[in-house]
Amino acid sequence: MSEPIRVVDLENGAVAIAGRPILRGIDLAVGAGEFVALMGANGSGKSTLVRALTGLLPLTTGTLELFGTRVDQFHEWQRIGFVPQRTGAAGGVPASVWEVVASGRLTRRRLLRPLSRRDRASIDEALAVVGLSDLAKDGVSNLSGGQQQRVLIARALAGEPELFFLDEPNAGVDLPNQHALADSLGELKRRGATIVLVAHELGPLASLVDRAVVMRDGRVAYDGEPLGDHEVHNPDFGEAHAHHHHRPQARHDHTPEVQSPLDAGSRRERPR
Amino acid sequence: MDIFSYPFMQRALIAALFTGLAAPAVGTYLVQRRLALMGDGIGHVAVTGVALGLLTHTSPTWTAVVVAILGAVLIEVIRERGHTNGDVALALLFYGGLAGGVLLTGLGGQSAARLQQYLFGSITTISATDVLITMGLAAVVIGICVGLAPQLFAVAQDQEFARVAGLNVRVYNVLVAVLAAVSVTVAMRTVGLLLVSALMVVPVATSQQVTRSFRTTLGTAMLLGTGASVGGLVISAFASDHAQVAPGPTIVLLSLAGFAVTWPLGVWLRHRARLVAPFPAVPLEEHEATDTHPHEHGPDCGHLAVRHGDHVDYVHDGHRHAPHEKHYDEH
Repeated sequence: MSEPIRVVDLENGAVAIAGRPILRGIDLAVGAGEFVALMGANGSGKSTLVRALTGLLPLTTGTLELFGTRVDQFHEWQRIGFVPQRTGAAGGVPASVWEVVASGRLTRRRLLRPLSRRDRASIDEALAVVGLSDLAKDGVSNLSGGQQQRVLIARALAGEPELFFLDEPNAGVDLPNQHALADSLGELKRRGATIVLVAHELGPLASLVDRAVVMRDGRVAYDGEPLGDHEVHNPDFGEAHAHHHHRPQARHDHTPEVQSPLDAGSRRERPR
Repeated sequence: MDIFSYPFMQRALIAALFTGLAAPAVGTYLVQRRLALMGDGIGHVAVTGVALGLLTHTSPTWTAVVVAILGAVLIEVIRERGHTNGDVALALLFYGGLAGGVLLTGLGGQSAARLQQYLFGSITTISATDVLITMGLAAVVIGICVGLAPQLFAVAQDQEFARVAGLNVRVYNVLVAVLAAVSVTVAMRTVGLLLVSALMVVPVATSQQVTRSFRTTLGTAMLLGTGASVGGLVISAFASDHAQVAPGPTIVLLSLAGFAVTWPLGVWLRHRARLVAPFPAVPLEEHEATDTHPHEHGPDCGHLAVRHGDHVDYVHDGHRHAPHEKHYDEH
């Protein structure tokens, strides 16, 4: 791909967690409007890569540019929409769907200012794109897993970003919701958004993908035309078609489990 | 009614009002982060602060504010860097703070009764200066908790999303810790350091039995907190004709009574919400009519109607009956 505008440009990137090198020698450039699927086995580093691309994990070597600006000088976070893995859609206090989606609008709001009419319109629009307008007043914790995932996508959408990072958006989501998810992402793609998504299996998303990047043990094993789910799980990419089977030992745990509360190497920085 | 004409009672009412508003406001964010016991940890640390004030003959309120803020920031730092959820860090500070406070009070030659005023509250002995300090600090806490609600909500809800959205998560985390420390010392004179967390957490737990959104939870918790602290004070004032009734424990028990009343309602509401949650709209494999069905389903038939795609299913003896032409289908 030789797109004229590179929205993501990672050169020779490496990421270490608690001193152990996890990602090594990653070159990844994403052009404007591309739909890239980051694939690979559990523990191959695909989620770690997306967390490095969003600036959540620091690079030990290499340079990362977002929209042509080095990440440490990048301040236009409203241009980026991040959809983390669905772990914490519900906190310890009830929150309505509308409130969670509205929190995505913070990237464009000034401190201590009430929501403008345009803010409200964007929030409503984001809810409409994911098809949850009817549930806006419901509590997030009452929704199904697939609906919660769509809430998180709407939250990213509310800030009207140009570049989306999605971490396993269809993990644990039932098939009707996977189709609803694919419809929402298809709509974003039509509008010209750049999308980088981490997926173990693409399912209904397969038809949207322009390019597949397959990770294997912390390095890029393949970068090119989209692959079918079965090709990705080819033994050459480190997984012998084991994605449906329960393999408790298969997951790499890069960080030693430390129980002392004073030890560095926080929860946040563990790969998931 | 003449009890309200005493200046000490008026001061106590004002202090109770502001404490009751401020403590649950911070408490909502603590509960949202699943740090409900953080107020307790800070309260124990503040005991050392009070003892330092007694030892050095300075205002125990201000030394408590300073030590509580230091303790709260320390808890936050340990939580951020640590592998655990911070509960071990909280435990370490609990014991250190309480032991240090009791030791220092003894060294200063003060009696345990003096410390007890701070441990269990003594709202009726509050001075005019202390009322002003309480009002000022509580107003700051309420202002920040309500004014920065969108940011604080986003950070507490999902830290990683907030970081990618460009918010300085560490600043907001420390801010919540400092607010918690300030409201602990604000509530110190009302309910006491050992009961302070109750006023921060119980109104939130009560309000979330019936609420579905964050803003209503926050608002209801603040109202409940005010009701409990003012109500508890008034009850203890009237009851003190007959027996010695301490205001601090009365406030906490009144708050807990509110929870005890609301909890069954919350259980019922959640049970109800589960029953009427729509069935997933999965296309049916085949058309299957019920056996002869003697009963006519309708809005008042007594069977639960649950949304299923574009129609409703009636839940009937463990089956789901969907109206279809002149009969019912099994769904």
